[in-house]
Amino acid sequence: MIPQMYRIEHRQEEYPGTFTLHLSPEQDDSDAFRPGQFNMLYAFGAGEVPISMSGPESRDGSLVHTIRTQGQVTAALERLRRGDQVGVRGPFGNGWPLEIAAGSDLVIIAGGLGLAPLRPVIYSVLRSGIQTSRVRLFYGARRPAERLFQSELERWMQALELVQSVDHAVDEWQGHIGVITDPLQAAEFDAARTVAFVCGPEIMMRFCIRTLRQAGVPESAIFLSMERNMKCATGHCGHCQWGPNFVCKDGPVFCYGDIRQWFNIRAL
Amino acid sequence: MQKIPDMLREHPFFRDLAPADLEFIAGCGENAIYAAGDYLAQENEPADYFFLIRKGRVAVETYRPDRGPICLQTLHDGDVFGWSWLFPPYQWTFDGRAMDQVHAIRLNGKCLREKCEAEPRLGFQLMQRFARIATERLQAARIQLLDVYAQPSPLVGDRQ
Repeated sequence: MIPQMYRIEHRQEEYPGTFTLHLSPEQDDSDAFRPGQFNMLYAFGAGEVPISMSGPESRDGSLVHTIRTQGQVTAALERLRRGDQVGVRGPFGNGWPLEIAAGSDLVIIAGGLGLAPLRPVIYSVLRSGIQTSRVRLFYGARRPAERLFQSELERWMQALELVQSVDHAVDEWQGHIGVITDPLQAAEFDAARTVAFVCGPEIMMRFCIRTLRQAGVPESAIFLSMERNMKCATGHCGHCQWGPNFVCKDGPVFCYGDIRQWFNIRAL
Repeated sequence: MQKIPDMLREHPFFRDLAPADLEFIAGCGENAIYAAGDYLAQENEPADYFFLIRKGRVAVETYRPDRGPICLQTLHDGDVFGWSWLFPPYQWTFDGRAMDQVHAIRLNGKCLREKCEAEPRLGFQLMQRFARIATERLQAARIQLLDVYAQPSPLVGDRQ
């Protein structure tokens, strides 16, 4: 696949080292995407990285990606400014199973940057793209200032049940201080109706899954977005092979019931 | 007005405890309301009580001379605060400060210790419940130490 050319329309600093790019296509032949899918973003002269969509589905092909600087390519993307070009291949992967969430008590659990791939789900829910009986968002972050989409979080409080927890905070913080599993543990679940979408650091997901399972949520109702070393995004190079799956092609979203045996193997 | 045994029965910490045991324990309890900023407990002070939080938020804090109070954890409706009353020297190891108006049941630790010694079966049940809370808090503290949100995944290729 040849990258399509996009231009940066808007760049927003979320907090130091993490930023959001709003991209518009130079040609009008971009594909629609599903929440949870990702694109390969090409920073010219540096390389490609897989980055999840973090914005709403749009008719004009515009894209939103939220990126943390942690390598050469993301550092090159961070240096780009409005009007600069980016190459885009995608969309790739399967995305969140919104059809399974329909009619359920949807529990969205995000940790740190993991809120980015889940934001399109929240947009879908808020504009009634999927009808759920209840929506709760549990969001854990390091500090209040290191939360994504802070102005939107304020608005979401009115529209859904939002529980935020940070590891460290000062007095003005109104949410929880501690790990996200604490409020999750205190929450009540109608286990038979609950569907959980989880995205964050793998170790956080592991503890959240344990808490959900203790609450009786079945393995088949827990979905998580995995991260592995994705290079080609088409299942050919094998870099992201995970047990019998390729994360880029068969994932990145997996049902916990399907991948439990791979999830608990330490070397994978 | 709600009586102490009824309040205890509604609190998750005492869920499924026998009514007779609740009545027995209720003799050591009283209703307490704290305004925002009030201290439920202060480090190194005698730990004569523990608290079942019915409503409100309590900050578990310590103090650093160069930074002032540091909140380690917040406790909320349905949580328990305090186990220093269980072991000598019966002194608080952290501060407990009300972050907003807190409604709690304050249980007298000395009274409860004496009852547990007189009734070891109840003492064992209480110890089991506190051990579970202590284990959960220890696990949470360990996860917090991992600083998971700061950790870039080395194998990610960068997908975010």
